[in-house]
Amino acid sequence: MTSIIVVDFGMGNLRSVAKAFEHVAPGADVMISADVSDIRAADRVVLPGQGAIGGYIKALYDTDLEPAVLDAAANKPFLGICLGQQVLYESSDEHGEEGESVKTLGLFKGHAKHFTDVSSDPQAMINPQTGHQYPIPHMGWNQVKQTMKHPLWQGIADMARFYFVHSYCLQSENEADVAGVTEYGVNFTSATARDNIFAVQFHPEKSQHDGLKLLENFVNWKI
Amino acid sequence: MGLAKRIIPCLDVRDGRVVKGVQFVDIRDAGNPVEVAARYDEQGADEITFLDITASSDNRDTILHVVEEVASTVFIPLTVGGGIRVLDDVRRMLNAGADKVGINTAAVFNPEFVKQASGHFGSQAIVVSIDARQVEAGDKPRWEIFTHGGRRGTGLDALQWAKKMADYGAGEILLTSMDRDGTRDGFDLALTRAVCDTVDVPVIASGGVGNLDHLVDGVSKGHADAVLAASIFHFGDYTVQQAKQKMHDAGIEVRITE
Repeated sequence: MTSIIVVDFGMGNLRSVAKAFEHVAPGADVMISADVSDIRAADRVVLPGQGAIGGYIKALYDTDLEPAVLDAAANKPFLGICLGQQVLYESSDEHGEEGESVKTLGLFKGHAKHFTDVSSDPQAMINPQTGHQYPIPHMGWNQVKQTMKHPLWQGIADMARFYFVHSYCLQSENEADVAGVTEYGVNFTSATARDNIFAVQFHPEKSQHDGLKLLENFVNWKI
Repeated sequence: MGLAKRIIPCLDVRDGRVVKGVQFVDIRDAGNPVEVAARYDEQGADEITFLDITASSDNRDTILHVVEEVASTVFIPLTVGGGIRVLDDVRRMLNAGADKVGINTAAVFNPEFVKQASGHFGSQAIVVSIDARQVEAGDKPRWEIFTHGGRRGTGLDALQWAKKMADYGAGEILLTSMDRDGTRDGFDLALTRAVCDTVDVPVIASGGVGNLDHLVDGVSKGHADAVLAASIFHFGDYTVQQAKQKMHDAGIEVRITE
């Protein structure tokens, strides 16, 4: 029986993530925990997250969970969701003061930027059909172009739709790390993969069949 | 290709049952909310919204149980509105499994509450519901915010209010025309478009859907990002699938499920 820990440091709706895992893997031991020893003992680690990244990274440091999370990211099947993907990169412009960005864990090269700051073309975020800016947050079901073969994409069609909700998006600098790309006025990194790490901007726990399939693939993932 | 326009069935829940009435009278029973939500999920609904209209405070927790039960079997975003007044109401809904919480009257009487709630839980979790009525017609129509099921005016201009709520941290606006709600005459498209073209956050159009063409119009003419409907789905007039097909045929991008 595999054990899955959903890391809890007081940010975001973790219950949905845990419920979705219980649904796809009734035999697994699914736990929501903020305990370092639980994270170290678990077979698989999930780092979820919603809200603002400033508070998120602060909570991660304040709770002393950072070393355990980094250890898990170094050797266990590891799934980052939403801010749990962004935090693996170098920095985010969100809640940065005077253009200063928030420094994040830096396991991947790249940055999270506000949708309106990605392109130098002022027309990039204008919806040609309405003449107005695409709404932000980017909220709803958008397509993910799978840019690599990966066990977590197994059984999921290329360009399948997943549920997104975010205002900052990742621009990965290393193409080899990019597992999926999504377009919303601009292109952004919607999935990341390297070794034992898979991370997504969308919410698989809220993305019906394809989302559940991805979680099931994570439960069965052998690294 | 890109972001799909969303179709959101809305369940008005009173004392643990789905109900639907015309402008809050002539209420009809439309089933068990857990079963109804599961049916819409199967039909490919993009989200589900619950509006708690339970009158008695004794039954306030009923909706929590409904959300909890739905959230353990339905894996799409869930929004819950109705009677959300303090941060603890938001927390309880999110803990029960809601992804977003709709704030309506409390926002009108205490706009700072929207700031607090979005600061605490993130804008992605906060939907501000706006009930508007047209107060001036002609070349420069105006709409105002109404409370108490559309009976009481507030003097607040709907467009200014929508902008203010987005500035205060609403991640999304649920816009209901109280002139159209329950009429089946279609959305107030002028209102919908005016709000959509004023704010930068996504807008859900609501109030007045009587057929599938109305849904298409809400997106193509009203510029809405999502359309919400209740009675056309509850009583079997149309399925969500049929609604998606209709929108797809009209050239609107939607999520088609197997």
